[in-house]
Amino acid sequence: MTAEVLEGALEKIESHLHPEGSFDVDAHEVPTGREEIWRFTPLKRLRGIHADAPLAGTSFEASFDAPGNVRADRLADDSLKGVSGLVPWDRISARALAESRTSLAVTIPAEAVLERPVFVTIKGTGTDEATAAHLVIRAEKFSKATVVLRFEGSMTLADNVEIVVEDGAQLAVVSIDDWADDAVHVGHRHVRVGRDAHFKHVDITFGGDVVRHDTTADYAGPGGSVEMLGLYFADAGQHIEHRLFVDHTAPKTKSHVVYKGALQGEKAHTVWIGNVLIRKVAEGIETYEENRNLVLTDGCQADSVPNLEIETGEIEGAGHASATARFDDEQLFYLRSRGISEKEAQRLVVHGFFNDLIRQIGVPELEESLAATVEAELAKNVHAGVL
Amino acid sequence: MSTLEIKNLQVSVDTEDGAKEILKGVTLTIKDGETHAIMGPNGSGKSTTAYSIAGHPKYTITGGEVLLDGENLLEMSPDERARAGLFLAMQYPVEVPGVSMANFLRTAKTAIDGESPKLRTWVKDVNGALDRMKLDPAFSSRSVNEGFSGGEKKRAEIAQLDLLDPKFAILDEIDSGLDIDALKVVSDGINDYAARDGKGLLLITHYTRILRYVKPDVVHVFVDGRIAESGGPELADELEANGYERFLEAAV
Repeated sequence: MTAEVLEGALEKIESHLHPEGSFDVDAHEVPTGREEIWRFTPLKRLRGIHADAPLAGTSFEASFDAPGNVRADRLADDSLKGVSGLVPWDRISARALAESRTSLAVTIPAEAVLERPVFVTIKGTGTDEATAAHLVIRAEKFSKATVVLRFEGSMTLADNVEIVVEDGAQLAVVSIDDWADDAVHVGHRHVRVGRDAHFKHVDITFGGDVVRHDTTADYAGPGGSVEMLGLYFADAGQHIEHRLFVDHTAPKTKSHVVYKGALQGEKAHTVWIGNVLIRKVAEGIETYEENRNLVLTDGCQADSVPNLEIETGEIEGAGHASATARFDDEQLFYLRSRGISEKEAQRLVVHGFFNDLIRQIGVPELEESLAATVEAELAKNVHAGVL
Repeated sequence: MSTLEIKNLQVSVDTEDGAKEILKGVTLTIKDGETHAIMGPNGSGKSTTAYSIAGHPKYTITGGEVLLDGENLLEMSPDERARAGLFLAMQYPVEVPGVSMANFLRTAKTAIDGESPKLRTWVKDVNGALDRMKLDPAFSSRSVNEGFSGGEKKRAEIAQLDLLDPKFAILDEIDSGLDIDALKVVSDGINDYAARDGKGLLLITHYTRILRYVKPDVVHVFVDGRIAESGGPELADELEANGYERFLEAAV
């Protein structure tokens, strides 16, 4: 396992935002649901992956499509586990890392500028046996690339995605959970952002029964920036949880987080936890995080918790915003006063709510299909007569 | 022949202290080809008249009726009223983030006409309407009212009036917050609309200034939820000279 030097250089933080991690599975007790980090998650629906269910399943097909200069290596050892500085901070991450027999490493060579995105697609073919996976994405110095991770089909998946953005590189990772209704996905993503590097993470979550993503970032040097965009749409009975942690470990770094979600139907539940820690050393940083939820019907629950811990006052700016609301009556009235029916007005408002974010994704070939998926999600309810 | 008849309209709103009566029986009839102005001090019920006719959910109709060519608008949803031929230009047009003006206008036009506008002429129509309001064609790609200045919002309302071409238009304080140049542009747009065949106009305003550019046939003075007096354009001149004092005293 790789022990990165960075951790040693930083002071210890007494903070619940920053639990002590461990590669040792037994160091993480089986969660009961009362723990702060598990209190929102329906453990009973995780098919035992948080406890001891085997993670050796192979019910999926993986495909990989990339420009020729991108390297993809499958390593059957532990050499890449923890390479991004990830030290599992919960049992599922530790188990998934320990039980991944191989690591898939995608490497964008130094100074390469990819002319099209890299696509990694996981298509699940059954939920009987849970699967562990480990993916490493490395953007070498001064490279520029977009990597799209697509998750489809039926599956029980626990994965760790480790991302290393080397100095001066620009990497976008777009993750799309477009699962079938019975999928369970608990994913951990950690990125280490190099000096003057830029990392953009786009996390889109539509399908699945339970989807929980822990996404964390820290900085290997000054001048790095992280942009995290999220879009989720929870239907009846669906649980979608995003837990973010940006650890400002270097000066002059930036983070900008915007997650937007819509909920519709009985027992649709979304959780958004946005944690930001600004360490003493992180002078001159700038951070902003925002979560907005649009509640389309009765019976939904949206939890939204931004946390900001500041160890130095010498910063450029720090802010957060969280809002959860139903349709704005004034917006609907305005549209309807122009002859637009109530359903159509609601469709327009939701379309607009997500459209701002979709436009920022920066992958034109995805933007259109995502807008279409949003429409399809809405259409479900129109047909069901809910809206 | 089109007629908008407001008969003994009574409206209340819910407040923390219970229902509060705002309109206490308003009656007026606008025939096509006519421009009526409603004037009155703050709180006299001018805007309430506009929004309750258009069907804003905040207002409860407690009595009376509003007939557009004999059909009772009060039994219709806000969008049905618009499709029946009513248009309301709002004092504070609402922002709809992420929805482009182009998308909004096309959706509205489609809803009102019952079929999508012809692609070939539609873009030209939109650009023409924007141009007449001295709005850049780039407005089409901006989100509805988002980041528009106060004047731009008002001009965008009149561009919609132009494009949607309703039978009757109610303009709620379209002149508020406009500088003189913008007021002239907006007034030109209103006059162009009013000059079309079979159109009726209800202009709600706090100030007489706009009535120098848009000439009313009838002026109604609102005080305390009722029409205190109706008259010709000379009534506006009197208000300009003497203000609302005479009417307020009479109401006490």
